[in-house]
Amino acid sequence: MNRSATAQGRRMQHRRPSAGNRIAGFFGELLITLGILLMLYVVWELWWTNIDSAQAQKEVTANLVQELGEVVVPEGNEEEEEKDYGPAPVTELAPGETFGIMYFPRFGASGSHHPVTYGVEDHVIDNLGIGYYPTTQQPGELGNFAVAAHRQTHGQVFWDIDKLQDGDKIYLQTAQGYYTYTWYATEIVAPSNGDVLLPTPHQWGVEPTKSILTMTTCHPKYSTQQRMIAYSELTDWRPLDAGPPKEIRDMVIDATS
Amino acid sequence: MYAWIFRNLPGPLWLRIFEALILIAAIVLLLMMYVFPWLNQYISPFTDSTIGQSTP
Repeated sequence: MNRSATAQGRRMQHRRPSAGNRIAGFFGELLITLGILLMLYVVWELWWTNIDSAQAQKEVTANLVQELGEVVVPEGNEEEEEKDYGPAPVTELAPGETFGIMYFPRFGASGSHHPVTYGVEDHVIDNLGIGYYPTTQQPGELGNFAVAAHRQTHGQVFWDIDKLQDGDKIYLQTAQGYYTYTWYATEIVAPSNGDVLLPTPHQWGVEPTKSILTMTTCHPKYSTQQRMIAYSELTDWRPLDAGPPKEIRDMVIDATS
Repeated sequence: MYAWIFRNLPGPLWLRIFEALILIAAIVLLLMMYVFPWLNQYISPFTDSTIGQSTP
């Protein structure tokens, strides 16, 4: 009782702040709040979106793995490894479906893998890893199989795209088997430069003579000013029941178990 | 504003500190899980990785 009385007394002694003071104080707190909100948004964009995306990618990958069935890992000898299984069949794609997993041994500390989904709308690219441009050709077809993914945020799938070098392989696993693409060139273009998606990039009306994979993403990092485009050529294919190529065998087992 | 909220939380000081922390955590979660994803449709600094398309 006594204590509260003295506390009240102390408060009474305090001079009441003037109206101007209180308005200024309120305004100041508002600015601090705004600053904190902006910082939180940056934290969300740079960090939280990666967690959300990783979770969503994990789920669609698990669903796809169920569709593809158990991964066959034959006790292969060297001859089996080198075997040529002939020209790659075409993987027929349907709108909306997640149809494949891409493996990038070059990316990250020990390689990375991400699901590939039909479409390049925000909800695909923001949540599901890699998106496929529906206007381009399908895997195995002559021409351009083109995909997009984020360079930073939302899983930052293509963060290391600038690390690709001669001899690097990129693998695509679909219901039709394992496609092996070999990287051969990277370029930086303006965001409006849709020519890179042509069957033969930059060349209108030219009949394609080979199957390529085109990866598009943002450049430079933490900006959308330009696009980095990486080209790879389809160099090998093997059916699912022949087992994954030995370079990515551990990655496939890891991704599909 | 914040002083007013803190003064009006019920309980002794230690409980009010605890309540304040819970409030902050709840607001941050709300922002991260609902407000920012919604806001991101309108302002998206990095979400444009595609090329040659009329839609962003």
